[in-house]
Amino acid sequence: MAQIEEVSIDQFKHLVSERALTGETMLLNMGPQHPSTHGVLRVLLELDGETVVNAIPDIGYLHTGIEKNMEAKTYLKAEVMSDRLDYMNTTGNNLVYCMAVEKLVDLDVPERAISIRVILTELQRIASHLVWLAAFGLDLAAMSVFLYCFREREMIMDILELCSGQRMMTTYIRPGGLWRDVPVEFETAVRDFIKMFPKRIDEYEALMTKNPLFLDRLLGIGILDAATALQNGVTGPMLRASGVNWDLRKARPYIGYDQYDFNVPVRTEGDTYARYIVRVEEMRESLKIVEQALNRLPLGPVRSDNRKFVPPPRSEIGVSMEALIHHFKLWTEGFPAPNASVYCAVESPRGELGVLLEGDGSAKPRRVHWRTPSFDNLSVLPKIVKGHLVADLVAILASVDIVLGDIDR
Amino acid sequence: MGVEQKLGDMGIVTTTLENVVNWSRTNAMWPMLFGLACCAIEMMAAQASHFDMSRFGMELMRASPRQSDLMIVAGRVSRKMAPVLRRLYDQMPEPKWVIAMGDCASCGGVFNNYAIVQGVDEIVPVDVFVAGCPPRPEALIHGVVTLYEKVKGEKFKDLAVK
Amino acid sequence: MDKKLETIVQALQENFSTTFEEFRGEVHVFVKAENIVDALILLRDKYDFELLSALTATDYWPQQSPRFHVIYQLTSLVKNLSVQLRVPLNGDQPKIPTATRVYEIANWRERELLDMFGIEPEGHPDPRRILMPDGTEGHPLRRDFPLGYEEPQFTFNLEEIDLQKPYAKE
Repeated sequence: MAQIEEVSIDQFKHLVSERALTGETMLLNMGPQHPSTHGVLRVLLELDGETVVNAIPDIGYLHTGIEKNMEAKTYLKAEVMSDRLDYMNTTGNNLVYCMAVEKLVDLDVPERAISIRVILTELQRIASHLVWLAAFGLDLAAMSVFLYCFREREMIMDILELCSGQRMMTTYIRPGGLWRDVPVEFETAVRDFIKMFPKRIDEYEALMTKNPLFLDRLLGIGILDAATALQNGVTGPMLRASGVNWDLRKARPYIGYDQYDFNVPVRTEGDTYARYIVRVEEMRESLKIVEQALNRLPLGPVRSDNRKFVPPPRSEIGVSMEALIHHFKLWTEGFPAPNASVYCAVESPRGELGVLLEGDGSAKPRRVHWRTPSFDNLSVLPKIVKGHLVADLVAILASVDIVLGDIDR
Repeated sequence: MGVEQKLGDMGIVTTTLENVVNWSRTNAMWPMLFGLACCAIEMMAAQASHFDMSRFGMELMRASPRQSDLMIVAGRVSRKMAPVLRRLYDQMPEPKWVIAMGDCASCGGVFNNYAIVQGVDEIVPVDVFVAGCPPRPEALIHGVVTLYEKVKGEKFKDLAVK
Repeated sequence: MDKKLETIVQALQENFSTTFEEFRGEVHVFVKAENIVDALILLRDKYDFELLSALTATDYWPQQSPRFHVIYQLTSLVKNLSVQLRVPLNGDQPKIPTATRVYEIANWRERELLDMFGIEPEGHPDPRRILMPDGTEGHPLRRDFPLGYEEPQFTFNLEEIDLQKPYAKE
């Protein structure tokens, strides 16, 4: 188990410059365990002094085999694994998986469930950006930002715990709607959050946005132009910071995003500072969406009535024979899906998160492929880091906002 | 133990050497940054101000294994990461302890497949297992306090065998 | 389907004799392996499909011909369209020409295809495994690769599992 593999430079000869082979530049391993790699990412650096000549990311240290494991479970049980992919955006993962299952088996979702899904997804987006900001500040040695951001995140975790009982891996969004209705304290908790959050964002901005230290460290670092970004499949805030106005919530509205009035921040410089500004602005816009969705929350059921796919509520099982049979069949066998494939994509805090779901007529999927945004966003790293210092590499990696669970699946 | 009851103003305390050594080990045990996946976020939340872990002596998280006493394996360990984990454990100086945080580190968790090591005690000897997916920050703190109880009960003759 | 998409599907049909199917509003076009790079170039340059959203494959084992479908999901930002290209491949020695010179992201995506399915990208500049450790034998996402399921330990088989599991001693 503990064999150390000898890695020679022959494996990477085609990726490093000739100066590495003569020993003029140094090959340094920014190993899987490192304070600023945001997880277990290994970057092989070719350094000329302190300047980066080449950076080769090596991924796979968190490969979990989720795609294969989901093929061995029924559709409902496989959803549990979907939270653990991009663990900063757990409700978003549940949402895209449920949307794909609903598209595959043609299942309807009631209005109240759609509105609550929007609220939870946008709150999760704010939570993800808060953790990003915390890690970003920590990498640039601003530790108070880390403490402030986690303080706000606790409020969002409290709201999620109120609904589902779990702070992070909620699996609250299920195919056909939600697991159960939100409790009565939900509305008060969200309104309290909406009231106090804008001032907190102002606090973070006061610390970071006009700070000359940050401007020095972030302006003009890691510039990504739009053409390279599109060629490399970059989506999300990284793409919007490079000038391309592409947000799936506006371009292909899902779960009712066309009813809400919000802006999509776009910047043209494409450097780390632009990505920082885009994400902080996105937090404000998400708060607007949460408020609008909460104001127009309709009454009604939160689960579809189609008992072939959605289990009946527990109260019905005691009185109705059909409900008992449906419950039994759904939990032992699961529901069958047609022999076809769908692709469903949403806008996660990192970019386009897509699920390619293929059924084979049985209760288990034939193939679940997750198109995760951090995979594509990271692949552009070698191109934007050339010529910068190692300290800039840390800042650029923090601004790319990778989550290793997303990349390695 | 006699430390809390300092009698008089002569400044003399009587206790056993084991008690003093174990007390000092628990009061400033520095964990190594080994956050792998989702549990790492809850570990960071435990370190942040809401569930402050520095009340329990874990003021800093040292990235270097040479400067840490405790390895909190937070997250799922894949087969590619297993040799790295063992190597880092070997680099830590004695005395060292390991907390397996979360279900994936304890037993493989949700993922019973080819890619995940089914329980990190296949690779390193574990002192405390903390269950949960991910465990709440309070659960992690409970695990840390359990480890302190264990350390306070350690005797020199057991450690000398290592 | 969308009228704009109809002209595109027709163009693909004329140039590369493709077939297509529609399901829940999506269009899947079946292209042969030797034509795929030209089809991608046509879609990227003439019809403005700038983004390769996903590149993956599905395994239809035990059916051997075709055994794999390599799936290209293309998105056009300016026209707001999406199309999916599928390339059927046979089971023995599956190969596909590389799309790296059309979309740069295909570099990493095809490495993942090689790693997980064993589908060789011909002409790829860097054919190494990306997710699994070097020296792994087999390709995990193939349907005949075992899941690696380990028997859970309960109280009735506590000692048996304890004897089989390799616990670390120090």
